[in-house]
Amino acid sequence: MKHKAKTVIFLIDALSIATLFVILARNGNLQLLNPQGYVAQGQSTLLVMALVLAFCIGIPLILFTLFIVFRYQEGNNQAYTPEWSAGKKLTTAWWSIPACIIFVWAIIGWQSAHAYDPYNPIIAQSKPIEIEVVALRWKWLFIYPQENIATVNYLEIPANTPIDFQLTADNAPMNSFWIPSLGGQIYAMTGMVTQIHLMANKPGDYPGGAAEMSGEGFSGMNFTVKATSNKEYSQWVQSINQSANMLDTNGYNKLVEPSTNNQGKEFSQPNKNLFNSIVAKYMSNGNTIYMSQM
Amino acid sequence: MWNLLFGKLTWNSLPHVWYTIGGTLTLMLMGAVAAAVLTYTKRWKWLWNEWLTSTDPKRIGIMYIIVALLMLFRGALDAIMIWMQQALSVGSSTGYLSADHFQQIFTAHGDIMVFFATMGLLVGLMNLVVPLQIGARDLAFPFLNTLGFWLYVAGAILINMFFVFGGDFAATGWLAQAPLSELQFSPGVGVDYWIWSLQVSGLGSLLAGLNFLVTILKMRAPGMTLMRMPLFVWTTLCSSILVVTVFPILAITIAMLTLDRYLGMHFFTTTNGGNPMMYINLIWMWGHPEVYILVLPSFGIFSEVVSTFSHKKLAGYTSQVLAAIFVTILSLMVWLHHFFTMGAGADVNAIFGISTMIIAIPTGVQIFNWLSTMYRGRIVLSSSLYWFLGFVATFTFGGIAGVLLASPTADYQLHNSLFLVAHFHTMIVGGALFGLFAGITYWFPKFMGFKLNEKLGKTAFWFWLTGFFLAFIPLYILGYMGATRRLDHYTNPAWQPLFIISVLGFMVILAGVTTQILQIIISIKNRKQNMDLSGDPWDARNLEWATSSPPPFYNYAVIPEVHGRDAFWEMKKEMKENPQPANVEYKDFELPKNTPFGIYLAGFALLFGFAMVWHMFLIAGIGFVGMMVCLIIRAFDEETEYILTAQEIAKLEQERKDHIYA
Ligand code: HEM
Ligand SMILES: [Cu+2]
Repeated sequence: MKHKAKTVIFLIDALSIATLFVILARNGNLQLLNPQGYVAQGQSTLLVMALVLAFCIGIPLILFTLFIVFRYQEGNNQAYTPEWSAGKKLTTAWWSIPACIIFVWAIIGWQSAHAYDPYNPIIAQSKPIEIEVVALRWKWLFIYPQENIATVNYLEIPANTPIDFQLTADNAPMNSFWIPSLGGQIYAMTGMVTQIHLMANKPGDYPGGAAEMSGEGFSGMNFTVKATSNKEYSQWVQSINQSANMLDTNGYNKLVEPSTNNQGKEFSQPNKNLFNSIVAKYMSNGNTIYMSQM
Repeated sequence: MWNLLFGKLTWNSLPHVWYTIGGTLTLMLMGAVAAAVLTYTKRWKWLWNEWLTSTDPKRIGIMYIIVALLMLFRGALDAIMIWMQQALSVGSSTGYLSADHFQQIFTAHGDIMVFFATMGLLVGLMNLVVPLQIGARDLAFPFLNTLGFWLYVAGAILINMFFVFGGDFAATGWLAQAPLSELQFSPGVGVDYWIWSLQVSGLGSLLAGLNFLVTILKMRAPGMTLMRMPLFVWTTLCSSILVVTVFPILAITIAMLTLDRYLGMHFFTTTNGGNPMMYINLIWMWGHPEVYILVLPSFGIFSEVVSTFSHKKLAGYTSQVLAAIFVTILSLMVWLHHFFTMGAGADVNAIFGISTMIIAIPTGVQIFNWLSTMYRGRIVLSSSLYWFLGFVATFTFGGIAGVLLASPTADYQLHNSLFLVAHFHTMIVGGALFGLFAGITYWFPKFMGFKLNEKLGKTAFWFWLTGFFLAFIPLYILGYMGATRRLDHYTNPAWQPLFIISVLGFMVILAGVTTQILQIIISIKNRKQNMDLSGDPWDARNLEWATSSPPPFYNYAVIPEVHGRDAFWEMKKEMKENPQPANVEYKDFELPKNTPFGIYLAGFALLFGFAMVWHMFLIAGIGFVGMMVCLIIRAFDEETEYILTAQEIAKLEQERKDHIYA
């Protein structure tokens, strides 16, 4: 029994670690460990450190526990001191070992929280692009105020350019805006503006989505972020600007109606003041007129 | 008139989808079978007198555990439905459930597992063990104890009631976060079922917490100072303090949501100045301490189990107690880590992040102290100790995952991902549940008079541990792949194999559960071989083992006197040196009478809750008045206790001895 137990425990550990490593080593799907953006890169450092911590502390601790259990089993004729208790020195050690680890981790936590705060602008050579994000039921509306265009469930951005996302929601519960490869994640709420700065390091297609359950169409709120070269980006903006598909008040009111699994759409000339008016209507005191207009 | 009587309930609300109809039929069938068995064996009266109206904490504890196991089963059915959907629903396939059904199921799963399965097992064990461990005959408030239990049962019935009476359940996630749970986004009765079920059972939990707090502070045997209390008592005390502190927050938060939904107020709405962010704050001010309410008693159980099976006193007792107190205080100060991503800013996030990380220190200390306890012990590797080892293997990783989540920068990526789901399942299954299994295995002979089959217990453990890793390691990985929680459908085919492995893991866990059921059946069948006559089958250390197994209904004929920690261990040593027992002299004492008012009151609470769900205000009024009347009648009852005289005790004790030595 004893040997069987040892072998099984060992096998389970070995198997799970092996699977983990195999998948880690050959899977491009591990988005959080394959960061493609400035913020995600910073965040992934912590994720990797935690993995190292898990293996450097977790596994030795488990092995040590097993060692003690098997060594002091009844019948092994090891020393037996039924009245022995951890003395002052040992107690101090037991408190200081985790305290030291946590102390270091807390410093890292504090610094990284400030370095990668989503409100921090990203410093880069190119000028940031502003994108206003509105969480709707159940799709994302993206307004590009500088380009005078808007999209639904699709984002195109130039690589190596900081993007300044401003977020709110309309006629929808709280949501969370997440692009794992570029960095995550911030809530979008009615009557509030939150902010997140992200930047793609190279061109590519990155999945994005909603991370906070918001009702029926929640799982269909995903979108692709296409990071391109500056040139491609301006061509894309131009092509939309020339299209006749405009986002007027009527068009927006239709968008606000709940709908599920929306494909990407593109609009030209959204109302200049659209984002601000969406935010403002939840701030006006006790005023429901805006709501009924939808 | 129809409105007053039936409110919003119409024929159309009755069950009409296959899984609710299935659930309804199953529930009715189970009820019918139980009723038939009781009638056939003529046991109704016995059931009512001996069990349902009992104020004996041992009886109440066992009833808690039975209900909790039923709810665990119900929660497991939800789990399998969730897992199957996620294993199937990729790309062009949308699985077998609609988004709404899927959301209702995971909401019910979370609520049932936390409020009814884990909490029930926990309060059940506390009821069984705490009075015995502190050398008391009863809890401080026996009536509140049965009332609390029956309110818990009423809550458990309410959360399942939509099966039979229709409507649906909340599709909001287990905390019904506003504004999603407001009328604007959840117009059905689902959230109302959630509200009343939790309000009613939450009151039950509050009463239990209050009861244990006062019991532990006021009813300890002479000589049992605070610093001589067994660790299970200590952690129950800490847990109770947390219950009393935070369950009122839950009650008020739910009440405010109720006002929003029923009277059109605007505490948490998106419009008219409501503030949903306030809901999120309040619910987590309760919610984070709640997770420690669940896990602290397990820490206590492990302290007992480790020291008993190492045949050694607990190393670092003081430091262990301090760690528990430290955790209790800290857990009230970290709630914001559940929504770093709401965008509070770096300073606030970092401060709450660091206070969260600090909790890991006392947690680590406890593990080290258990290691010191085993060091140079005489370890008997019983199945209770297996659960402890499983706990070390899982909890360590879950804790490290928690420390990672506590770093705001990392949490921005991991929040609401499956990594988070894996974290808290590791903590609740590997921490709380494994602890409860260890405790149940350990204390089973005390209350049943025979041990559980050890071999099957160990087999069950291996299934559980393997299944656990198979089921949850994929979720950690999926989190790193950017998979969000609560998805009824996803597009990335690379996720599917991991979901499938996870289902397989669940199957292995199911094999573990089956083994456990088998273990109980076989143990009952072979109870003659595993009979425990000594009352002390493990050569244990604390007072509960000083009585016979099962203990008499009055626990102790003479309240023991305590001279140190590990009271029973000391007694045994003394007995060895001085084997002649002193002549015992019995004295009269009082015991609480049975009372049906707990059931009556909870019955009216159930009626009230159900009527409120459907806006049947007339019936709700009847329910409310009924509750009040019960309370008043009970308050005027002066004779709630009876006296057991010295002669009767002497006779009972003699009978008991004859029976044991027969
Ligand atoms: C070492 C100590 C622990 C730390 C540092 C820790 C940290 C965290 C953090 C930061 C979160 C929030 C993550 C997010 O939402 O993004 C979290 C969630 C959670 N933790 Fe822990 N945790 C610890 C122990 C525990 C224990 C002991 C339990 C339960 C017994 C537990 C149960 C949960 C649950 C249920 C949730 C999430 C609930 C939800 O969002 O639905 N944690 N934990
Ligand atoms: Cu928490």
